[in-house]
Amino acid sequence: MTAAMAVPMEHALVVAGLLFCVGLFGLMLRRNIIFMLMALELMLNGAALAFIAAGARWGNADGQVMFLFILTIAAAEVSVGLGLVLQMRRQIRSLDMNDASRLRG
Amino acid sequence: MMGVLFYVAAVITVVAAIMAMTRSNAAHGLIFLIVTLLGIAVLFFLLGAPFAAALEIVVYAGAIMVLFVFVIMMLNLGEQARAREQSLLAFRYWLLPSMMAGVLLVELLLVFNRGLHPMAVETVTPKAVALSLFGPYILGVELASMLLLAGLVGAYHLGRDFLTKDRGRSQ
Repeated sequence: MTAAMAVPMEHALVVAGLLFCVGLFGLMLRRNIIFMLMALELMLNGAALAFIAAGARWGNADGQVMFLFILTIAAAEVSVGLGLVLQMRRQIRSLDMNDASRLRG
Repeated sequence: MMGVLFYVAAVITVVAAIMAMTRSNAAHGLIFLIVTLLGIAVLFFLLGAPFAAALEIVVYAGAIMVLFVFVIMMLNLGEQARAREQSLLAFRYWLLPSMMAGVLLVELLLVFNRGLHPMAVETVTPKAVALSLFGPYILGVELASMLLLAGLVGAYHLGRDFLTKDRGRSQ
């Protein structure tokens, strides 16, 4: 893979920005907590793609190291978030964030 | 050739992401999200990061998505929830979020509008990543292990059903 690639770095960053904006759009649009967690995953992936693209631009391993950290954070966030989803279902019998807007249910 | 592959994978990734965010059925959205993650893995591979591409498939499209599938199966969302989601996807709910995300996207595109830098795609080997990870970034690895431990304990705590019993007693 030593051949020079026809893709400039900015195009990879544009794809990363598009993914992040789609995730942000989904986070604002949806009220179902499962879709909101999925939107968070999309935003994290957009950030990871930006790191990988920057690492490829300078041929540096740091971008992939940052991707590994993002992966770790996403795994911890999803496990706790889905535990919260189960508790929400048990306590208020709904997955709608509008039903969970008050403290103490 | 590589450029064509990149743009095809990028279009599939973004379209699948938009589809995932606009489905009313959570299971369908999840399938599109998996397509998005596989597309991102292809992008990583084309950007000279084969190790990151493999991890994206194994950890994201494998482990994390399986968690989502388990939770969706356990909750068994019915037709009523689907109809409610459908009602929340009307155009008037779309307008403000899409405008705000669109403004952010335009700002990002303006930042990138200063000229194009070609990428010399050298494959960054897993060996280089590991040397960097366990050399200068060793503190980050330790912190990540602590974070995973905290996530494990938190998920175990939240997964127990004593919170429900406690609530029943207080009422």
